[in-house]
Amino acid sequence: MSAAEFQKLAALFPDEVVTHSYVQDIDLPGGVGKFALITLDNGLDHSKPTTLGPNTLVELGGVLDGLKDRASKGEIVGVGVTGKPYFLVAGADLSAVKTLKEREHGLWMAQLGHAVYATLADLGVPSFAFINGLALGGGLEIALQSTYRTVSTGAGALALPEAFIGLVPGWGGVYILPRLIGPENAVKVMIENPLSNNKTLTGPQAFELGVADAIFEPADFVEQSLAWAARVISGEVTPERKNSVDATEESVATRWAASVAAGRAFVEAKTSNASPAPAKVLDVMEANRTMTQAESAALECETLAGLMQTDEFRSTVYAFLDLVQKRSKRPAGAPDRKLARPVTKIGVVGAGLMASQLALLFARQLKVPVVMTDIDQARVDKGVAYVHAEVDKMLAKKRIKPDAANRTKALVTGSVSKEAFADADFVIEAVFEELHIKKQVFAEVEEIVSPECILATNTSSLSVTAMAEDLKHPERLVGFHFFNPVAVMPLLEIVRAPKTDDAVLATAFELAKGLKKTAVLVKDAAAFVVNRILLRLMGEVIAAFDEGTPAEVADTALRPMGLPMSPFTLSAMVGLPVAQHVQESLHAAFGDRFPVSQNLQKLIDNGVKSLWVTGPDGTPSIPAETLAIMSFGNTPSTGEEVLRRTQDALAEEIGLMLAEGVVAGPEDIDLCVIMGAGWPMFLGGITPYLDRVGASERVNGKRFLAPGVASAPA
Amino acid sequence: MSPARSAQRNIRDVVFVDGVRTPFGKAGEKGIYAGTRADDLVVKCIRELMRRNPSLPADRVDEVAIAATTQTGDQGLTIGRTAALLAGLPRTVPGFAIDRMCAGAMTAVTTTASGIGFGAYDVVIAGGVEHMGNHPMGAGADPNPRFMSERLVDPAALNMGNTAENLHDRFPAITKERTDAYAAGSQAKLAAAYSNGQIQHDLVPVATIKPGQGWALHTTDEPPRPGTTVEDLAGLRTPFRAHGRVTAGNAAGLNDGATAAVLASADAAEELGLPVKMRLVSYAFAGVEPEVMGIGPVPATEKALRNAGLGIEDIGLFEINEAFAVQVLSFLDHFGIADDDPRVNRYGGAIAVGHPLASSGVRLMNQLARQFEEDPSVRYGITTMCIGLGMGATVIWENPHHAEYESFATDQATTATTEGAAA
Repeated sequence: MSAAEFQKLAALFPDEVVTHSYVQDIDLPGGVGKFALITLDNGLDHSKPTTLGPNTLVELGGVLDGLKDRASKGEIVGVGVTGKPYFLVAGADLSAVKTLKEREHGLWMAQLGHAVYATLADLGVPSFAFINGLALGGGLEIALQSTYRTVSTGAGALALPEAFIGLVPGWGGVYILPRLIGPENAVKVMIENPLSNNKTLTGPQAFELGVADAIFEPADFVEQSLAWAARVISGEVTPERKNSVDATEESVATRWAASVAAGRAFVEAKTSNASPAPAKVLDVMEANRTMTQAESAALECETLAGLMQTDEFRSTVYAFLDLVQKRSKRPAGAPDRKLARPVTKIGVVGAGLMASQLALLFARQLKVPVVMTDIDQARVDKGVAYVHAEVDKMLAKKRIKPDAANRTKALVTGSVSKEAFADADFVIEAVFEELHIKKQVFAEVEEIVSPECILATNTSSLSVTAMAEDLKHPERLVGFHFFNPVAVMPLLEIVRAPKTDDAVLATAFELAKGLKKTAVLVKDAAAFVVNRILLRLMGEVIAAFDEGTPAEVADTALRPMGLPMSPFTLSAMVGLPVAQHVQESLHAAFGDRFPVSQNLQKLIDNGVKSLWVTGPDGTPSIPAETLAIMSFGNTPSTGEEVLRRTQDALAEEIGLMLAEGVVAGPEDIDLCVIMGAGWPMFLGGITPYLDRVGASERVNGKRFLAPGVASAPA
Repeated sequence: MSPARSAQRNIRDVVFVDGVRTPFGKAGEKGIYAGTRADDLVVKCIRELMRRNPSLPADRVDEVAIAATTQTGDQGLTIGRTAALLAGLPRTVPGFAIDRMCAGAMTAVTTTASGIGFGAYDVVIAGGVEHMGNHPMGAGADPNPRFMSERLVDPAALNMGNTAENLHDRFPAITKERTDAYAAGSQAKLAAAYSNGQIQHDLVPVATIKPGQGWALHTTDEPPRPGTTVEDLAGLRTPFRAHGRVTAGNAAGLNDGATAAVLASADAAEELGLPVKMRLVSYAFAGVEPEVMGIGPVPATEKALRNAGLGIEDIGLFEINEAFAVQVLSFLDHFGIADDDPRVNRYGGAIAVGHPLASSGVRLMNQLARQFEEDPSVRYGITTMCIGLGMGATVIWENPHHAEYESFATDQATTATTEGAAA
């Protein structure tokens, strides 16, 4: 590695938004001496986070070299690094890293970071990071590589999310963090948090763990950090690091090994080891306990270079940046939001569990009156009582304040008469999943509401088009398909029927935004997107089981995909009768691609709720009496065969969905399965995975996404 | 508050506990506070006061009064309340905004001090701010046309520079040579005070960020021009009148800055273990012709002295705001004090350090408090300033380090009654 190579690397990114390193000399209080404070700033407002690309790092490296020189001449007594308001720095420029074609370039990128950060620890004077705001990955590692750290109580998100992204915290984080805050805490920060919905630390949490030596409030964070730095340099203050460890101690070696083992168990449980990165984080941590920092750095660079070339990394960047952060904010096909109409009151037909969940969500997020109706007062009372009880639970957990609780409860009322909908702008039904019942409900509602009132259905399997058929104003009906549990699952499939007009659709998207849901526009096709894909997948696995594949083979065959739960577990969670019901409607719509399992029906008929039953020792098995109900074929498959058949089935189904125009593109399919089914980002949702394993080519003769979108550039 | 207190209606003694200020900056795009909010400057001061006085529980602050001449934008929204919230004081602490142009902070002090004396408060924070870069003097003001049509006020009186020229007209003995000499002296005295470390302790370091420059820390005043000579000043332009006398060199500049002080009843200070840097003796405001607003400190001081039962000869130290050198000299001439009297503005004044309008009153108090500490032989001192539209403000303070202060303290109630009677 050389400066020339770094320059070559930097030249690959002529369009990088460079985060500059501005230096100001500061006279520390108390006559301690001159202090050079570096501010990392890309010159853009707070909606454009600062990132670390090759040009940024080369500039920072040059600045640090200059400061090292000044330190050697005795001109400065310390160096600080902080960021523009709200950011220390958000981390490596992932969209840039994703495009690195050559392994060697990735290696240079890794080495460049180390070369620059190593200077921070070798200036000849102490270095200080003032963590004023968000610091992720390489951003937090700048702080970790400094001699001392302060953090703001207002700092938004601190994390080493590399295991989630598909990398390792390989700019020193994986070496320094376990030594600084103890191996147990380090595994929590580097493994558990990234793999738990990419959780981050607040400033106070980071301080508590020992990530920072001092904590100050935002109002005068920079001033107080500088004053503290002066006291540290003068010797007046010596930071205590209660969680730091000496990795060479025997007791620490034991803790280290135990932490790595616990981390491995966590990764196995969360991802079935389907993505290489989390295990690599633990590999490097395990290995570097006995290494010098320089030795670890070399290992980190090699590991990073390897991981940067994986499709899991590239698929994650695609899923995270292109889909979740960008596409979800600008739904494809949504009409101009200016067409949206105000919604000041909402009606919910039904007061059952789903209806009550919807009422609660609307009241909490939209803060408009919500009225629920049902056929008798007892049901209505039960629905309203459910909402009030849920609000009280949130109040008890201090998730909301008393005034907000009062407000939400007052917003939700019930009535046995649909007359209560007279002044509603939006009425959604959540009644029994039968077409004629829903049509009857809408016919009644239409008699009462204004001609502009939007009607919405939460159906998961019925035709929205058929539901609109006899309406006086069919243009006002839209599908509004939530996922269970409604409060938690971020996806909302917005279903456009042939006659749904743009104003209605625009209002639906604005509502989704108000509900803080990710909305995807889908055409009215049986089961829409997520359920169709999930049931196609479950159908293949259950078919293999019915054919004679042993349950443990069939149900573990998809583990290399790292899905959040196995097919049989998923069907038990959904409820076997519900799963069967939807499967039947898909069978009716699409035929044998969605076979209806007779075994499943027998289980339902016998009241069996789940194939697997967990024994007292925690091991799952299928009870003999359950097996006795069912009958099996004699063409068992291996796990590999089940996996391949499922991959091919998914490629076929998604290919058909795109041909039918169910969604605008494969990106929407991916967004749907990430937000609606919790499928992992290292699969890129699903289409990058199907491209990666060749299923798309095998079945459709072409990829879903061009090379480079979620994979290595061509 | 105990019911007994209002029943008693005793006048309570008010003490100046502590005061701080931001370094003052030059207004305008190149100034250190370009791009910095005025309310943030106040917040830095309040937080520093709380840090410096750890024995003062935040919930014991009964009021936050912050002055600003222009109360819009970052100086709007009832800045005493917003600053209290932004500073992290408990939500139970109220606040208000106050305006008397240049004497804003001084009025914040006297108003809240009166509340303490009356028994409404135990402890208050009073201060002021003016970001003249963000709020040019008079911006957004809409003077009533009657001022003109009925000749209530000479239009020239709305421009402070003109009023200073008018003052020269009234007092021909005050020549440009004298004002320039006075101004050069102000610069020299401030430079000396800085080198003696007499200013720095009052300053709250302020970090600011500017595009393309990164965070910087400001720990000293930006306006001073140490080494300024009478010769340097002689050639400056006279922007208010051709061949006039008032220049940028013998007047205060346009500045950004904030100040804040803690005041308390003598009892509360004792209870909470707060230092007593000065005791409030009396104060007065007075109106003069707006066309010569700079003469305002003369009647204000006379009135305050009367209120206190003191004479000018009792005053051992003067902190007079230097809006214009001519205005200071008119005051000194009136009381027969020499231009270079060592009792006057020992650390220099606003001509050197700057005058962010509504903030300056507390700067004068900070400096008088330090001089009291340095010079226990002085018993009484005054802080005084002229005010736009023709007013003056004067506050008389007693030095707690003076030998006779103790005997007074033991007989507090009686003295307070006596002084009250004198008013």
